[in-house]
Amino acid sequence: MRLEYFQMIDRVTAVDPEGIAAEAIVPAASPVFEGHFPGHPLVPGVLLVETMAQASGYLLLHRSGFARMPFLSTVKEAKFRSFVTPETRLEVTAKLEHDGSGYAVTRAAIAVAGKRICDAELVFRTLPFPAPELEAAMRAQAERIGLGGPTGGGPHGP
Amino acid sequence: MASALDRIADIIAETSDVPREKITPDSHVINDLGIDSLDFLDIVFAIDKAFGIKVPVEAWTQEVNAGTAPAEQYFVMKNLATRIEELVAAKVPGPSGGA
Repeated sequence: MRLEYFQMIDRVTAVDPEGIAAEAIVPAASPVFEGHFPGHPLVPGVLLVETMAQASGYLLLHRSGFARMPFLSTVKEAKFRSFVTPETRLEVTAKLEHDGSGYAVTRAAIAVAGKRICDAELVFRTLPFPAPELEAAMRAQAERIGLGGPTGGGPHGP
Repeated sequence: MASALDRIADIIAETSDVPREKITPDSHVINDLGIDSLDFLDIVFAIDKAFGIKVPVEAWTQEVNAGTAPAEQYFVMKNLATRIEELVAAKVPGPSGGA
C-alpha cells in the first residue's frame, strides 16, 4: 500500500465475474501515521473503506472489460472491528451484490489472518471513462497488481 | 399481491424520508417528492431486487436528457409503475422455463 498515493491494493490473488480477492500490505512508515496517531499509528477507517472500494472497483473494471469507470457513491453499514497497524497483511475481498443500469453494488470486507477487520456495502456509479488518461492509468494500475494476468482466476476467497 | 404502484411507493417511503401518504399516482418522483439522483439509485436497487429486473434508468435518463422522451414518462409514479410492470412482463419465462 502507498497510503499517501491512494494505492491501496498490492496484488490480486483471485478474480472472477462475481468476486475478487486481493492483498494489501500496510507500510511500516507513512506520513499518514504522523497524524493518525502520534505514537500510536493506525490505518484510518476511511482508508480501509477506500481499500474495500478499490478492490470492488477492480472487480467492476474486470467485469466490464474496462469499459466503464466505477465511482464510489454510497458507503453503507461500514464497521471497523479492530485496529490496523503498520506492517499488517490485509486480505481484501469484494463480492458483487448487484449489477444495475449505470450502477453496481458490492459487499466488501477486510480480514487479517482470517479474522474479520471491517466490512461494508458499497454502491458505485459506473460511467464511461471521462478521460483517456484515467482509463490508461487504471489499466496500468490493474496490470501492476496482476488483475487479468496469469495470477488471476479461481474462486474469490472465503 | 399489492400493485406495482403500491410496492414502489412503499419502497420509496422505506428508502427515503418521504412519508408514504405523500406519494400518489400523480407524484413526480423528482419534482414532487424531492428524490435526488443518489436516493433514486437506492430506490432503483430496491426495485431491481423486489421485482427481479434491471430498471434501465441509464437509458431513461439519456432519453430525457436528449429530449426524445418526456421525464413524466418515467418519473411520474403511475407511469413508473407501468414501466416496471412492462419490464416484469418482458422477463417472464415461457412454459419451458425460458433462458
